[in-house]
Amino acid sequence: MTQLALVIDLNVCVGCHACVTSCKQWNTSGWAGPMVDENPYGADPTGTFFNRVQTFEVGSYPNTETVHFPKSCLHCEEPPCVPVCPTGASYKREDNGVVLVDYDKCIGCKYCSWACPYGVRELDEQQQVMKKCTLCIDRITDQSLPEKERQPACVLACPTNARLFGDVHDPDSEVSVAIRERGGYALMPEWGTKPANHYLPRQKTRMHISEDELQRADNPLSKEDITVYTGEETLDDVTW
Amino acid sequence: MHPAFSVIFLTTLIGAGQGLFLALFTGQLYASVQLIEPQGADFYTVGSVLSLALLIAGLGASFFHLGRPERAWRAASMWRTSWLSREVIVLPMMMGVVFFYGLFHYLGLTQPWFVAGDGALPIDATMVLGLLGVIVAFALFVCTGMIYASVKFLEEWHSPYTIGNFTFLGMASGFMLAAAYSAYLGNHLVGFYGTWAVIFTVLGLGTRIASLIRNATLKHKSTLQTAIGVRHRKIVQKSQGFTASSFNTREFFHHQSPDFLNLVRLVFLVMVFPVPLMLIGVSYVLESPTLPIAAFVIQYLGLVAERWYFFAEANHPQNLYYQSIA
Ligand code: SF4
Ligand code: SF4
Repeated sequence: MTQLALVIDLNVCVGCHACVTSCKQWNTSGWAGPMVDENPYGADPTGTFFNRVQTFEVGSYPNTETVHFPKSCLHCEEPPCVPVCPTGASYKREDNGVVLVDYDKCIGCKYCSWACPYGVRELDEQQQVMKKCTLCIDRITDQSLPEKERQPACVLACPTNARLFGDVHDPDSEVSVAIRERGGYALMPEWGTKPANHYLPRQKTRMHISEDELQRADNPLSKEDITVYTGEETLDDVTW
Repeated sequence: MHPAFSVIFLTTLIGAGQGLFLALFTGQLYASVQLIEPQGADFYTVGSVLSLALLIAGLGASFFHLGRPERAWRAASMWRTSWLSREVIVLPMMMGVVFFYGLFHYLGLTQPWFVAGDGALPIDATMVLGLLGVIVAFALFVCTGMIYASVKFLEEWHSPYTIGNFTFLGMASGFMLAAAYSAYLGNHLVGFYGTWAVIFTVLGLGTRIASLIRNATLKHKSTLQTAIGVRHRKIVQKSQGFTASSFNTREFFHHQSPDFLNLVRLVFLVMVFPVPLMLIGVSYVLESPTLPIAAFVIQYLGLVAERWYFFAEANHPQNLYYQSIA
């Protein structure tokens, strides 16, 4: 079975929101659109987004660290949002594990959003149906696109390559290797939702140099003498 | 959570409607074995109309909760997994039973088919409908309660107390209404219904206080640490990704001060429990026709506050991601 997912590398995310805007641009004009903005130039603008980049500060000054944290539907393997839907509008695709909403069936009861612990479902103000990340289902399944463009818009937009996309059930895929070898973890594991999306932790690159690497005890150079001159003619005095 | 008035009215109105139907049928049962004074067909017919009106009003309120009410019929399809879907099926069943129960009384189709238990209990069509109605009414209480109790992320709701509260408080309000109805008609059932109303109010007090105590000491499973997966004792959100509001900041927050919440709790604890009990007690002594009506109205308003608090009290784990604007 295939389970498509994103792996987000917090180590390189710079919080530029490129994924947010490219997501909005692609999806508002695609199958999942429109993603309506209400009151965009007023005092209290609001709109539908599938992806948000949040920022957290870890630690106390001066020992702080900034974590930029992109958040979208995690396409859970045990999605609690699906069974609660009374209409069957929310479903998980059998063939690739993507969790989707059928906008023609959704009655906008918001029950699924209560049943998602991650707060990634948003009711569209104008269409009054539930919206969420589709993993750009209309791009990734579009056989007419060249293979390397069959990726979610956010992945293609990310300037630091912080977003990896692939099948987390294939042990040799780029995403599986990244999760396995770089400590990929799931959000809120306490709920048993088994999110398909994973996050790679921030890592500090540190060099460890020990004292005897600088002052080698067995340094052969230290055995050599330095010649001491006491006024005698040296090669420098020779006139050529 | 944000307390939506559509759902507050839905749950309180159908609770009272179900309770009133249960009260009518309880009265019929008692009367058929001559424990209380039998009532004419009118009593049951008008009572059923009242109960049906409450159920319809509740259903009407629920439509205001939907973004796409014209598609509401679709909500019946996923009854295998969704408690909301189950409620959508059981509520019209309840209405149907109440409708026919009232209709059969109105048409006088109450000739006994046979007499059960040594000539003690005559069984007629309304008796069968009534029994069916009891099952459906309890099923509806369970469905309504489970909509909330089954969401494990809302830990304040994820407990059997939720179902207890919906059931007992609904029955209390329905029997209170039956007492008010009897008082208005001036028949002798005020004491009978009043006593049951007191019993259910006290049971409701028990489960409600138990759930308040449970929630006061509740330790939430999710923390900011598990939410973003960083192990550090001090994490502060600096930006939630947008500067104004979104669905996530509207649907999951009540936007009221803790003082206001405490006030609402006090109001409902007073209006739902001691005041109606006292009014019913006094009306029993004074044989007043108006006090039971006041008791019902005050308790109903109290239940609206109770339901408001029920929603406001629940803290969704998604709120961890929406702590700070920028
Ligand atoms: S992240 Fe939320 S909306 Fe997405 S599959 Fe999981 S529970 Fe459902
Ligand atoms: S809002 Fe739509 S998708 Fe969500 S539970 Fe209701 S009908 Fe299903």
